[in-house]
Amino acid sequence: MKSIFAEIRGLLIGDTRAAMVVPPTGFTAYLTIFSTATMAFLGIFAVVMALSAGRVADRWAQELAKSATVLVTASQDQMQDAVAATVRVLETTAGVGSIRVLSDDEQRDLLVPWFGPDMPVDVLPLPQLIEVIPTSDGFDPEGLRLRLQGEAPDAILDDHGRWQKPLIRAAQRLRLFSLFCLSLIAITIIAVVTLAAKAALSANAKTIHVLRLVGATDEFVAKAFVRRFTLRAIVGAAVGVIMGIIAIMLLSNAGKAAGFLTDFGLMGINWLWPLILPLLFGLLAFFATRAAALRLLRELT
Amino acid sequence: MNATIERDQNVIELQAASYSYGHTALLSDMSFSIEPGSFHFLTGPSGAGKSTLLKLLYAELLPSEGTVSLFGQSVDQMSRDQIAFLRRRIGLVHQNCDFLDHLSMTENICLPLTVAGQSARDDLDQLLAWVGLTHRADALPPQLSGGERQRAALARALIQAPEVVLADEPTGNIDWEMSQRLLTLLIELNKMGTTVLIATHDLNLIRLAKSEIAVRVLRIKDRQVQFAGSDL
Repeated sequence: MKSIFAEIRGLLIGDTRAAMVVPPTGFTAYLTIFSTATMAFLGIFAVVMALSAGRVADRWAQELAKSATVLVTASQDQMQDAVAATVRVLETTAGVGSIRVLSDDEQRDLLVPWFGPDMPVDVLPLPQLIEVIPTSDGFDPEGLRLRLQGEAPDAILDDHGRWQKPLIRAAQRLRLFSLFCLSLIAITIIAVVTLAAKAALSANAKTIHVLRLVGATDEFVAKAFVRRFTLRAIVGAAVGVIMGIIAIMLLSNAGKAAGFLTDFGLMGINWLWPLILPLLFGLLAFFATRAAALRLLRELT
Repeated sequence: MNATIERDQNVIELQAASYSYGHTALLSDMSFSIEPGSFHFLTGPSGAGKSTLLKLLYAELLPSEGTVSLFGQSVDQMSRDQIAFLRRRIGLVHQNCDFLDHLSMTENICLPLTVAGQSARDDLDQLLAWVGLTHRADALPPQLSGGERQRAALARALIQAPEVVLADEPTGNIDWEMSQRLLTLLIELNKMGTTVLIATHDLNLIRLAKSEIAVRVLRIKDRQVQFAGSDL
């Protein structure tokens, strides 16, 4: 572990001795930079998707949790008593901030989108709706249901849970999907860097042979390649992230103008991700190259 | 690892060592030792296994059977790092003179110091002058003649002041005059206390060396090594 820290320190400070003995390799350099740039571009999208999904779900859940509805479904002659009993229960329930019995006009307006403006809803036996605004602590929906069952059996509480749960589930799935995408991207980076490092090591077989004969340890030989590939991965990822950020900002601006994708983008502390991603890619490249180099060198005498 | 050799310890020691490639035995049942400060030749016809034996002596190959000990340590019990450190005590001169073509001759000569994390020697100029390469210090390897490359290989082998110099057909690609010059350098080196082992099929070179210093000749015959008599 100590030698890994020393190697990371060497990466940051630079070891020209190890770097100079290996000739520059054009093809693998371009391959690594291009691949990491592409993966970083996709990676920043996956990160933004995960963060945006979380934000959207939180906002929807919060908005729905701001209110609940109680439906009173008694016959017309018993409706007034049933509503009065329900109001009494609600007014004496902890966590209920305020209640409002919807007027006939308000109830009619709610039905217009479904039945149209010409439907004579006055003749329909509609339930009475009561809007419940909870306090910041909220109320216990199960406790309230039990109370309503006992004291106002014609009333049914709708705490919007049946809307919240699928939304939260969908958001969690979207987050999982984004994490899965990020994992795939990480695996692809490891695979590409490993292949490129192996190609570079094979192309430099003669150099490695000479170095081994004059007393170079595997660590010394690996160091030259590890430093090179790590820096390439960081540079490639930085390019990809910058391009990704530009694309995300363009999409976000276009979305806002059209009235959708309003939560898509990076906000606040999430702006650290564009800094973290290149370093993360560099770390992956560091360990992938090191493992590939040491494994391949062990196969050589 | 002990950096010095005990006075009575052999630099190289083989005990019933054999080497096979697949099922084909290339060298078998070799037992001999090389004392510190000695000058040895290894001879035999082309394809006899001289290069293979040298590879066993600097642990590029490991014996299939028996033991090869360098500086008192059996190579097959060494880790890869230990072998790397051991090679820093051995100077190698190859017939092919493998250099890194993108580095200058000086950088190539200093390569053993570079990999060992040491800075260039103060007397580098003297070393270059000794092998007659002062004027070619900045040249790239492909720009050098065969003789210059051989002398550069010798300089690289000596840059870390090794205890042993192993040379594989060092005069194989150069003319007789240059061969004599190279041999003179190796003899001078031996007089300063360095153990020298040269693999060659050039009997004239061996006769020339015998006329100047005490040398011992190992001969590979029928896949085995034996000390040659005075018939050479």
